[in-house]
Amino acid sequence: MNFDLSAEQTALQDSVGRLLQNELDQVRLLEIFDSEDGHDARLWQALGELGVLGLMIDERHGGTGLEMLDAAVVTEMLGYHGAPGPYLGHVAASLAICWSANDAQKERWLPRLATGECLGTVALAESDAAWQPNEWRLAGPTALNGTKRNVLYPAQADVMVVGVAGGELMLVENPAETVEVTPLPSLDATRRIAHVAFRDTPAAPLSGSAERLRDALLVLLAADAFGGARRCLDMAVDYALTREQFGQVIGAFQGLKHQLANVAADIEPARALYWYAAHAFDAVPEDAQRMAALAKAHVTERFLHAARECTQAHGGIAYTWEFPLHVWLKRAVFDRMYMGSTSMHRTRVAELSGWALAG
Amino acid sequence: MDLSYGAEYEAFRDEVREFVAAHWSREDARNPERITAFRLKATEAGYLYRNIPRRFGGSEQPADVLRAQVIHEEFTSARAPMEIYGNGVRMLVPTLLECGAPWQQEQFIPPTVRGQVDWAQGYSEPGSGSDLASVRTRGELVGDEWIINGQKIWTSRAHECRYMFALVRTEPDAPKHQGISYLLLDLHQPGVTIRPLKQITGQSTFNEVFFDDARTPLDWIVGRRGEGWQVSRATLKHERTGIGNAETYLEQFAKLLNVARSATRNGRPAIEDPIVQDRLAEIEGYLQAHRYSTFRQLSMSLAGKDPGPVTTMNKLVVTNLGHMIAALAQELIGDASLLLPVYEPGHKVGDERWMNQFFGSLGIAIAGGTSNIQRNIIGERGLGLPRDQTGGDS
Repeated sequence: MNFDLSAEQTALQDSVGRLLQNELDQVRLLEIFDSEDGHDARLWQALGELGVLGLMIDERHGGTGLEMLDAAVVTEMLGYHGAPGPYLGHVAASLAICWSANDAQKERWLPRLATGECLGTVALAESDAAWQPNEWRLAGPTALNGTKRNVLYPAQADVMVVGVAGGELMLVENPAETVEVTPLPSLDATRRIAHVAFRDTPAAPLSGSAERLRDALLVLLAADAFGGARRCLDMAVDYALTREQFGQVIGAFQGLKHQLANVAADIEPARALYWYAAHAFDAVPEDAQRMAALAKAHVTERFLHAARECTQAHGGIAYTWEFPLHVWLKRAVFDRMYMGSTSMHRTRVAELSGWALAG
Repeated sequence: MDLSYGAEYEAFRDEVREFVAAHWSREDARNPERITAFRLKATEAGYLYRNIPRRFGGSEQPADVLRAQVIHEEFTSARAPMEIYGNGVRMLVPTLLECGAPWQQEQFIPPTVRGQVDWAQGYSEPGSGSDLASVRTRGELVGDEWIINGQKIWTSRAHECRYMFALVRTEPDAPKHQGISYLLLDLHQPGVTIRPLKQITGQSTFNEVFFDDARTPLDWIVGRRGEGWQVSRATLKHERTGIGNAETYLEQFAKLLNVARSATRNGRPAIEDPIVQDRLAEIEGYLQAHRYSTFRQLSMSLAGKDPGPVTTMNKLVVTNLGHMIAALAQELIGDASLLLPVYEPGHKVGDERWMNQFFGSLGIAIAGGTSNIQRNIIGERGLGLPRDQTGGDS
């Protein structure tokens, strides 16, 4: 029995935390949040140099060859620091290419995706909230026509993995030349989204599983959500220890103390849930889909709850744009809704658990 | 990351399983002599009373949480008797091992371990619940005896116990926490009156215990005069935490799924209803989070690492889980939740048995530190928020 991170995993997590601590103080975070494209070249380069962008890319193609659990504990830190940028779509696209592209495509893209020199993304949902592979209608075989909604950073992407009919995946290279991007006012400005219209866009089939790609995204969102929830609580505790009213720090008032204790007890066990979902993704195939759905539903729901409680615990200051807690509040909404809502994934948990079958 | 117990422990599991198969059958469950004999054999084999020295009737094994867990799993699945469950084994024996005089250990531990005597816990009083250190039951030394006057409450199974360990104020002039002694006393004496309390379930497992010049010998004190508070804290430290904790709720959830399968909504099994599924999956999220959280805590403890503030949260987490399970169970059993479960000969208890789980979940929110006390502990020890100005001990 060893359900704990290895020393290497802890060290990796710490090093990413230190990098983000240095690169991303709250002033800098809000600058990027308010910037035109929500993508900071210096931060991206630093993440690439640390190896964060190629964690799961095999070593032959310039990555580190690690597993989902490693990527998830790193993603927790990105969530904790509210790291803005195209990380999520980039990691997912890299994974899909690792699993399912041909050798030439891998040679062409993976080494540059690993460093961050090239940017990848995934285009999945078509109609509103249609994130599931069985809901996709776009079809090849060699060119795509139609629209994908809410795609992360498509305008900057060099390569795009597209979900198509039958739960298949296709690869669009250099999409800037062949798709039309309609930017959207993203609520979570740390993750910019846009609609993408394909017009006779050349695309190549990939052999990999769209369901596995979906599960990867669900685990990463759960990990991000745990980090974000933890940050909201840390900020509220810091504030409760410094803000004074009625002649004492407000953290001494039982009303606030109990509110924050409830948040802590609500979120802390979720750490182990996303760990196990990531571990199941790597090593327990029969549990992987169910735990990915369960972790996504549970942890992102906890994140939104924590963000709401902690915003309220701060009082008026947290209702301002200048105070950065709203960055996590909005990130929580993104984590909860992107790739499908809580109730949708809970329905999937019920199906995947076989609860309706005789016990 | 490795969730298996490893080859050494699986070999140990085989050994335990063979032992249980050789020495226990389910028919033995109704035979007290067979139960006692099995416990003796299991102790000789090193499976029970592992942290109690052999000279006191234990098996004196090195601490090994995983072995203890394997034993627990194998005994439970065969429904074989584990250690005697009571305050004597659970609380008094560890306290005596840590703080008791040698004669107290020799006289009290062996019969307690053999199940010949059990102990009532004399802590709470009508005026001392969460604020336990405010106990007012007085102990006065007269000659070579303590004369005890006052009242204890919430005393589980006092009517079945021979002895009590009690927090008694012996130093009335000392500060609150320094005026208490940890006394042992015989409940079978004229100065003790035990009155059962009828609980909200209709059953009576708690009592009030009244002391009216009750007596106990001078040397039936554990630790020194005025040290009772520290001695009682040493006992709390031994209360079982961590692993095994999630098992109860996994079992409850499995039963909840069965209720959802047999109950109907709109002419179909309730478990096919999307709202029921949503709520089940919400509970499953909390449940699996807690389950893996206990695995994480266990793994870190085994490696000598501190799991951090999460250890202060476990009780509130399971309290919330029990509450959610109770709420959904009531909806699923429907009108059966309008009934009080009545246990009388000739009366069959149906789905209303879930109301016991409902009341039980409420009991857990109160017993052993109410949920609000837990929130103080989480806030102060876990999050580092300022201590309560009232000086409440958390």
